[in-house]
Amino acid sequence: MSDYNFAYLDEQTKRMIRRAILKGLAVPGYQVPFASREMPMPYGWGTGGVQVSAATLTPEDTLKVIDQGADDTTNAVSIRKFFENTAGVATTEETEKASVIQTRHRIPEAELSEDQILVYQVPIPEPLRFLEPRETETRKMHALQEYGLMHVKLYEDISQHGAIATSYAYPVKVAGRYVTDPSPIPKFDNPKMNMAAIQLFGAGREQRIYAVPPYTEVVSLDFEDFPFEASKADHPCDLCAAEDSYLDEVILDDAGNRMFVCSDTDYCRSRRDAGHMGRLSEEAA
Amino acid sequence: MTAQTSNSHFSGGFRDPAIQSSHVFRAAMTAMARPGEIKPITGATPPEGLSIAAGCLLLTLCDPETSLYLAPDVDHPAVRDWITFHTGAPFVPAQDADFAVGGWAALTPFDRFRIGTSEYPDRSATLIVELPSFDAPNAELSGPGIKTRAEITLPDIEVLQANAALFPLGFDTYFTAASDICALPRSSRIEPLLMKEG
Repeated sequence: MSDYNFAYLDEQTKRMIRRAILKGLAVPGYQVPFASREMPMPYGWGTGGVQVSAATLTPEDTLKVIDQGADDTTNAVSIRKFFENTAGVATTEETEKASVIQTRHRIPEAELSEDQILVYQVPIPEPLRFLEPRETETRKMHALQEYGLMHVKLYEDISQHGAIATSYAYPVKVAGRYVTDPSPIPKFDNPKMNMAAIQLFGAGREQRIYAVPPYTEVVSLDFEDFPFEASKADHPCDLCAAEDSYLDEVILDDAGNRMFVCSDTDYCRSRRDAGHMGRLSEEAA
Repeated sequence: MTAQTSNSHFSGGFRDPAIQSSHVFRAAMTAMARPGEIKPITGATPPEGLSIAAGCLLLTLCDPETSLYLAPDVDHPAVRDWITFHTGAPFVPAQDADFAVGGWAALTPFDRFRIGTSEYPDRSATLIVELPSFDAPNAELSGPGIKTRAEITLPDIEVLQANAALFPLGFDTYFTAASDICALPRSSRIEPLLMKEG
């Protein structure tokens, strides 16, 4: 291990973050202000998630970091290395083997268990921010459960596009009380938020932490006549033939050819290892 | 547990604070996320009057930035000196406290603890309540963190039901017995456990 304190942050900072996490768990979906620190990475690269992970990790943990579902992108690799260096924890790419999973903008396809913790990186934690820029006002709106504006926004989607066009960061109501930003996960992932694992959310630049305890009711906002729909590209994965996973679209050439591939790289790899073949498996091999 | 009484208040802290507090916090976080679940925590040896669990929680969560209220039954010079040396937390009256420690009866009345404001419900007290044991469950919990139902040993169901009714305001509670903790956040709905007949 290195000369850093365990998991990089000093103990007093970790205590401050830990107290915020506990209040976040006690009031599910409510954004707890915290004194976010400068981290050795730029805002937008997961400084909030990194601070929450640092306060949560123990030396025995196995950490997995994903960026849009992938274990091998720059952001995921650098955060994984950061904690290998500063906390000396084991790391993995396999969802089932991880005890703490830090994620940017996806929930893994494999169902998470009670012993796992999912840490989200959050850019804008306030779901009402683009409707009302003033923090003083959004605080009052949450206090009074004044969420009509959000329904107006979803209604305007329907009036303009014929359907609710919001496709990511789709607002949810947690435990019947707070309207909460699920971070920019695709709305395909929203139903998975009713899970057995502990969900923690960290927004570094915006200095907010919030949480969803296990088995907490998380409802995506909708209307009776326009019910919420967890949509994805209507395609099987071209590498593993999965019909049930969220897909990325990849442009292959200038002639308009494209492929769809699982966004969750670990899920796709484990299916291919198990012998599943997609449309383009032959070429990829 | 009482072996350290002859030692000074300099002893009994974490030997490896970064690692031991990470373990205690993980247990405390899991307990708060799963109300009613009992978790063991160890590492601290507080002076007589405080349980190991309460001592561990104080060392992990308190520092000069958190105000602390000691109920009369734990407010001894040895306890004060130990907490001051190891955490630096300032002692304050109950109505100003971020954390409060003591037995249930000694912490009464409960309407003096901070419950947060409607805009900042997090600005509320966390109580650390010492219990003799957890082996007589008398209430059933449901709500966030609980799959179906969870049983819990509570010292006074009515007071805690009134606190839960304040949601999203209210205080949050850790119960401690020897080296075990169990949490009751304000979000849990509480029903008396019906005694099984025969």
